[in-house]
Amino acid sequence: MNMKKFIQTSINNERVEFICEPRDSLLSILRENLRLTGTKEGCNNGNCGACNVIIDGVLVNSCLVLAVEVEGKKIETIEGLAGKDDLHPIQNAFLEEAALQCGICTPGFIIATKNLLDINPNPTEQEIRKSLAGNLCRCTGYDKIVRAVIDVAKISNNKGDE
Amino acid sequence: MQNFDYIRVKSKDELSELLDKQNKEIKLLSGGTDLIPQLREGKKDIEIIVDVKNINEMNELSFDNTLGLYIGAAVSCLNICQDVKVKTMYPGLIDAISLIGGVQIQGRASVGGNLCNSSPAADSIPALIVHKSICIIESKDGIREVPVEQFCTGPGKNVLNKNEFLAGIRVPKVDPEFGAAYLRFIPRNEMDIAVVGVGASVEIKEGHITTARLALGAVDATPRYFDDVFEPLLGMAINDENLDRILDDIGQSISTRINPITDMRGSAEQRKHLSKVLTKRTLLKAIERASNQQEVN
Ligand SMILES: Cc1cc2nc3c(=O)[nH]c(=O)nc-3n(C[C@H](O)[C@H](O)[C@H](O)COP(=O)(O)OP(=O)(O)OC[C@H]3O[C@@H](n4cnc5c(N)ncnc54)[C@H](O)[C@@H]3O)c2cc1C
Ligand code: FES
Ligand code: FES
Repeated sequence: MNMKKFIQTSINNERVEFICEPRDSLLSILRENLRLTGTKEGCNNGNCGACNVIIDGVLVNSCLVLAVEVEGKKIETIEGLAGKDDLHPIQNAFLEEAALQCGICTPGFIIATKNLLDINPNPTEQEIRKSLAGNLCRCTGYDKIVRAVIDVAKISNNKGDE
Repeated sequence: MQNFDYIRVKSKDELSELLDKQNKEIKLLSGGTDLIPQLREGKKDIEIIVDVKNINEMNELSFDNTLGLYIGAAVSCLNICQDVKVKTMYPGLIDAISLIGGVQIQGRASVGGNLCNSSPAADSIPALIVHKSICIIESKDGIREVPVEQFCTGPGKNVLNKNEFLAGIRVPKVDPEFGAAYLRFIPRNEMDIAVVGVGASVEIKEGHITTARLALGAVDATPRYFDDVFEPLLGMAINDENLDRILDDIGQSISTRINPITDMRGSAEQRKHLSKVLTKRTLLKAIERASNQQEVN
């Protein structure tokens, strides 16, 4: 039985086509076929958030999405955040606050932060902690990550006020 | 991951047709947050995965003044928790549904999947039971309705026949006299499976309790519904000085009627203790909600 499927989708606003088997996860296709290795694999079972991407405006763990499911969808990955010459404000804030050590969790945290701020541009610290509960970090102790998110929310809100 | 084929269906008719004809091992895919890890662990011998998320009728989330709330089996927890009507009318359901995983799981996980995975610890099930919810089950042969408390038959097992699927869940309309709540105990604040989960609902008329329902998760092979422990509560005034003691007694009695297991999340003894404490707290919260609701109206 030939189970290969041809999939058309959009990743970071570019049209992308790939061939996969039904059993391939979106995570494995992103990393291994499309060489978008910014999205990380931590647990491969939905618990750590390292593989976070946004599909049609919804934050998901790409290890729990079959690649065949994304036909016709719009996917945002960490590679889509930085501009040609500058980093995204969330990336800058993570650097400023030194909110990373080994860095394997960082793309997931940044994507989860983007999703949070897209929905709620002015979150409280508690809202930040709650919405990042699905992302695990073994290095930083979380405080610096939370501070980075508070910073970036402040900066974007101040800009909005000008 | 094991090999399987993937089919996307667009209507309930197409799905019924397919389930009726196939003699292969089929599993339906909704959010995949239970199924995909299970496939990866090789726990299931499956030949075809049928994706039901793209069926419009199964994404229906609607409210009707006589029938109440209808939750299509594939509606995500996120969509339910964002719905203003559900939030204001069914806070006891939101208690449970909002607990299922973190943000990333909420966007994919469905209540239909939570029910059909039939874990004894599934958070939505006790809350659905105390809301008197009904499973709408469909197949080529027609539609049948099963109360949620009769849906699960064992860990990972339920009443669905091979040719049947869960189309949706109907949650009856609630009166202003009604209040419900769901509480669970987990080692972390987020992202874990219940050690014990308790759903409770009550109705209060003129300051007196007229009905009460209680359901517990993670204390037995299936979520447990208790329909008979409330005689001491019925007719009782909510400011009665004996209420506290009676709630303790109910909790005590529940803790002797369950068969919890010992596993990495907790011992059977701890689960019995938690059942007692949470039964009381959840009932108190349901009573509080029912009384506040009446003040608003
Ligand atoms: C990190 C993580 C945290 C979690 N936290 C919780 C938690 O706190 N509480 C909790 O209760 N659960 C939790 N879960 C488990 C899971 O997310 C939920 O049970 C979820 O509701 C399942 O829904 P789904 O749409 O993803 O189901 P799926 O995985 O798509 O399906 C689950 C099962 O139901 C069957 N099925 C799905 N739809 C239908 C249908 N319409 N008709 C017939 N069969 C159907 C599937 O074939 C499969 O066997 C967690 C899971 C993960 C990975
Ligand atoms: S790799 Fe997907 S959640 Fe951990
Ligand atoms: S920086 Fe190492 S896991 Fe977070």
